[in-house]
Amino acid sequence: MLDSLRHLFKYRALISSLVARELKARYRGSALGFVWSFINPLLLLLIYTFVFTIVLPSAHPPELQPFSLFLFCGILPWTWFSSSLLESSNVLIAGGNLIKKVLFPAEVLPIVTVLAGLVHFCLGLPILAVFLIYYRVPVWPIDLLWFPLIVLIQLVLTTGLALLVSALTVHFRDVRDLLANLLTLWFFATPIIYPITQTPERARRVLNLNPFTHLAIAYQEVLFRPGPFTQFTRLFAVAFASIVVFLVGYFVFDRLRDTFAEEV
Amino acid sequence: MNAIEARDVHKVYRRYGRRKQFATLKSALLSGSVLRDLRPDAVFEALKGVSFDVAKGKTFGIVGRNGSGKSTMLKLIAGIGKPTSGTVRVDGRVSALIELGAGFHPEISGRENVYINGLMLGLSRREIAGRFAEIVRFAELEEFIDAPVKTYSSGMYMRLGFAVAINVDPDVLLVDEVLAVGDESFTHKCLDKFAEFRRRGRTVLLVTHSLDLVTRFCDEALWLDGGVAKAHGDPKRVIDAYLMAVAGAEDVQLAADAAKVNSPIPIPQSQPDPGSRIPDSGTAEPADMFRAGEGRWGSREAEITAVEMVGAAAQPAHLFQSGERVEIRLHVRANQRMRDFAFGVGVFNAEGVCCYGTNTQIDGGIAGEFVGEGLVIFAIDELHLVEGTYKLDVAVHRQDGVPYDYHRLLYTFRVKSPRKDVGIFRPPHRWSFSGGIRMSGL
Repeated sequence: MLDSLRHLFKYRALISSLVARELKARYRGSALGFVWSFINPLLLLLIYTFVFTIVLPSAHPPELQPFSLFLFCGILPWTWFSSSLLESSNVLIAGGNLIKKVLFPAEVLPIVTVLAGLVHFCLGLPILAVFLIYYRVPVWPIDLLWFPLIVLIQLVLTTGLALLVSALTVHFRDVRDLLANLLTLWFFATPIIYPITQTPERARRVLNLNPFTHLAIAYQEVLFRPGPFTQFTRLFAVAFASIVVFLVGYFVFDRLRDTFAEEV
Repeated sequence: MNAIEARDVHKVYRRYGRRKQFATLKSALLSGSVLRDLRPDAVFEALKGVSFDVAKGKTFGIVGRNGSGKSTMLKLIAGIGKPTSGTVRVDGRVSALIELGAGFHPEISGRENVYINGLMLGLSRREIAGRFAEIVRFAELEEFIDAPVKTYSSGMYMRLGFAVAINVDPDVLLVDEVLAVGDESFTHKCLDKFAEFRRRGRTVLLVTHSLDLVTRFCDEALWLDGGVAKAHGDPKRVIDAYLMAVAGAEDVQLAADAAKVNSPIPIPQSQPDPGSRIPDSGTAEPADMFRAGEGRWGSREAEITAVEMVGAAAQPAHLFQSGERVEIRLHVRANQRMRDFAFGVGVFNAEGVCCYGTNTQIDGGIAGEFVGEGLVIFAIDELHLVEGTYKLDVAVHRQDGVPYDYHRLLYTFRVKSPRKDVGIFRPPHRWSFSGGIRMSGL
């Protein structure tokens, strides 16, 4: 496994080229092109803002203002997370031709998916920045130093799960459908459209088992809530959990690697 | 020094019939049978203990029928997949021309695809930049290199794929049947490139159905059949052994086809059986004999009950060498005593051209009497036909041509020839020279 990881490092040029290709190919032929990377999160945000400030204004505590910014802090990273997992569930099967005909490490494919998602996530950040300035949110500059670390932890967690999901889908195509529903549940089990403080004690215990809960809270803490960042325990716990998830995911992937060429 | 060493290589493919049929994770979890279901239902052994070495700088050919394990062997050497048991060791950088342009993305330009494909094949960015011009020149795509690959013709696509793969400059080049798809000039270019590889002391491993290529290019050949190495060594000897086996298999196949025609002889008076293999057109003779397709017709006062072809080996066969002695044997039966009869034979090539036709009356035979069963032998001392597949017309008919039993193109045989001459007939011939011409071998 360590060998495989070291081997993977040699393919970093390929990974970066594939990420670039992924991004270029995605918007090739659309009139707005890259602008979609900005518009997509913006539209999503508008929908959620519409639902929670006009249709269901009492679903969240009134002191949570501006609520659309609160939503954005959770939705933007969640979109990266869920779309990466959904896409990577299919990525080995879609790239079957490569795996069967060309010798190259298959983990490149899910990793590229996650990294392309990361680029989209980063392209959404300027919009977030505009919101922060528009609402004059008092962001602590020191807090922003934590931001890259949170992103890194999410990257490790997402990559680990993407490896696991992509490898399992090769053997069990059902994972794709299962995953779509699981992600919906997961979304609602994460304090993205509600603050965790609003949940009853029993639910909170369950939510705390969800690693993405801690990531979402960390994002909100840095960007939304006033005052310095305080959630260190959460952050380090989730960092540890993410590394474990990554190692497990990579281990499973590595074990199943030899079967891909025959199964996809 | 060996570039490739394969030792007792086995490769077993597993088939998960049951699990794949009844969707999977859920049912597996519900019945608690995840582990049991992960075990295969059936196994298919694609390679059964193959060992060989390829010395550095040699060109090595692998031949065999479809499904004999050639491509599996190639993939194991390329490192795509691992042998179930045994070892495959390759010394140096490997590039596999298994599917050209396998990693191309249709939406982006040829230029970007060259870079990505090159990186996949193990080149660094700098190496690709250094070879880029050569790749584009080889692929003859100077004008189109910045167009998206989806706009390429299949030939352009393939040329680009080939150009990238060959410019990886591998120590060991694996080629799987890719030459079969190019046009003439591109194939020549590829062969030139292989020749250049050989000159530079690189190892080439060629999997192909083009036996000619193997005899011309390879230093050594391996014949795989059913996952087992049947012959290994000098290409000419291996190819000959392979051809003999193929010819034998074809003979068995033609015999099986003939058996279908020969066995169920329908009774003339009975209703035509719609399921019968023999297209029985009853007594009606087709309006235009020269255009008629295969079939059987006639009034059946006399019948041909079986047809055999016998070669030099003195037993029924369907494959003959050009020039061999061949007998066409007609087993016939008269359903009533008759005095007006003639036997005929015709040979047609695959295009339906009549190569030769005659009957006893044309040849001057005068019918006497025909009662009960009999055997008619039409012997050809030297079968002067060029290589190809032929069909046979046989008939017993009245002297004015009205058929008793006419079998149209129902029997197939093949002729093999060491010489690849063309045409429909090989007249016995001889070359001789005089004056300032000297030539040997004739």
